Amino acid sequence: MVNLEVNIGGLNLKNPVTTASGTFGFGEEFTDFIDLNSLGGIFVKGLTLKNREGNDYPRMAETASGMLNAVGLQNKGIDYFINTIYPGIKDYGTEIIPNINGSVVEEYVEVAEKLNDVAGINALELNISCPNVKEGGMAFGVSCPSAIAVTSAVREVFQKPIIVKLSPNVTDITEIAKGVEGAGADAVSLVNTFLGMAIDANTKKPILSTITGGLSGPAIKPIALRMVWQVYNAVKIPVVGIGGIMNATDAIEFMLAGASAIQVGTANFIDPQVSVKIIEGIKEYCQNNNISEVSTLTGGLIL
Amino acid sequence: MKQVQDFSVVDYHRLNADNYILTLSSDASIENVNPGNFAEIKIPDAPEVFLRRPISILEVDQKAKTIRFYIKAIGKGTKKLGNLAIGSSVNIVYPLGNSFTILRQKRVLIVGGGSGIAPFIMLASKLKKENTDVTFLLGARTKNDIFLTDEFSNYGEVLITTEDGSLGEKGLVTQHSVFSNNFDFNHIYTCGPDPMMKAVAKIANDKSISCEASLENMMACGIGACLCCVTPTINGNQCVCTEGPVFNTKDLQW
Repeated sequence: MVNLEVNIGGLNLKNPVTTASGTFGFGEEFTDFIDLNSLGGIFVKGLTLKNREGNDYPRMAETASGMLNAVGLQNKGIDYFINTIYPGIKDYGTEIIPNINGSVVEEYVEVAEKLNDVAGINALELNISCPNVKEGGMAFGVSCPSAIAVTSAVREVFQKPIIVKLSPNVTDITEIAKGVEGAGADAVSLVNTFLGMAIDANTKKPILSTITGGLSGPAIKPIALRMVWQVYNAVKIPVVGIGGIMNATDAIEFMLAGASAIQVGTANFIDPQVSVKIIEGIKEYCQNNNISEVSTLTGGLIL
Repeated sequence: MKQVQDFSVVDYHRLNADNYILTLSSDASIENVNPGNFAEIKIPDAPEVFLRRPISILEVDQKAKTIRFYIKAIGKGTKKLGNLAIGSSVNIVYPLGNSFTILRQKRVLIVGGGSGIAPFIMLASKLKKENTDVTFLLGARTKNDIFLTDEFSNYGEVLITTEDGSLGEKGLVTQHSVFSNNFDFNHIYTCGPDPMMKAVAKIANDKSISCEASLENMMACGIGACLCCVTPTINGNQCVCTEGPVFNTKDLQW
């Protein structure tokens, strides 16, 4: 028997496989394909205080081994989530982890305050790394003082674990990680998408309505893996690894680099059953390698 | 229920250099499919094609366990999909999206432009069962771009326009005489290029009849998770993959 349980800064997950915000809706979109109860957790679509319509179409461009998106946090607002969506998903036997966003610190705080009172919500992901909004979003995550400010402010009103989602679009991601650790983050998740761009040579126009967007998929995996390894060596809080994970081997690599859990993102678009396949694959790897506790994989890189 | 299912290639029917009908078969049973539904097809052995391709479903045959797609090879995905060996395995996610309203005992006009004809054979077959009288209006650049007229004619009169006049009336579909003569249709279904559908929707609006259009936005997931394929509607941005692809044109803010 392999014990697949992991702990992310006080949040217990039945296994290290979760789904990344913005790639898995609110989970309901996948119930025809998989048993949501089998997942370690679901990081649900990014939430803001008020309804947001997101950016104009086109919001997506396929790239070599990946894709760009410029959705821009389309969502119906935190109250709609709490009152209408959450009651329909709260009874699944998996952690539902809201991903929260704001254009100013006060918005993050107000959203976090509302979630603090929701029974069954045991953690939140603080998104300071969305590259697709004009105000806030990634702006908070690319400077140390603002990353610290928003984390400290949310820390004051949210009593459960806070996982801060970091942007890779920085000079030194370990500085930001250390900053939010000092500000009270219980864990960090990384990486969000890389700022990228696609051009149609025939029309000489950008493909995305926003000109730039966030790059995801296997194209970014080696960079994400490097950043997870660097951050793991720089902070004491757990790291959740994200970035182009397509299969169990990718997930195990992230754990060896230092991730305590992982998020499956863009791969959900290619195979809606991939998250469950990754859980099975990790279990099989552990069995084949006589590993009884999956958590011992974390940071197991042999140098 | 939506499924991820393995099929194998049983036949290509080549319509011309760029257009083909792909028939896939499965060992497992075929899900119920409604007119307008589409599938997300994984292009096999093509690492350069990262995402699945959303393709409208032409027809399914539950007994033969086959599913057919009409495909115009315009990009690397649809080109690759047109050149697989017979017997190749193809993984699809289906049936996705909503479907056209099936009207009973009405007179309807179905307007298809270019490759936007795929959903209309299944639609016409369902309409015929409901004693609805169907007329097709197909438009393309030349006669070489008009396909499946034999299949359409099983279900109703087929009117044609070509931009060069090589078949049917010369001009755009919206210039066809059917719109100026004794126009007595109750409803229009349309699928094709956006400018054509917008023009058709305007005619429907001017004539105070309802119109449904099937949109073809670029998609990633096809199941309402990524929110990439949105179109603006009176109810905000909606996903073409789940709230569509079929929309009442009155709801669209093109």
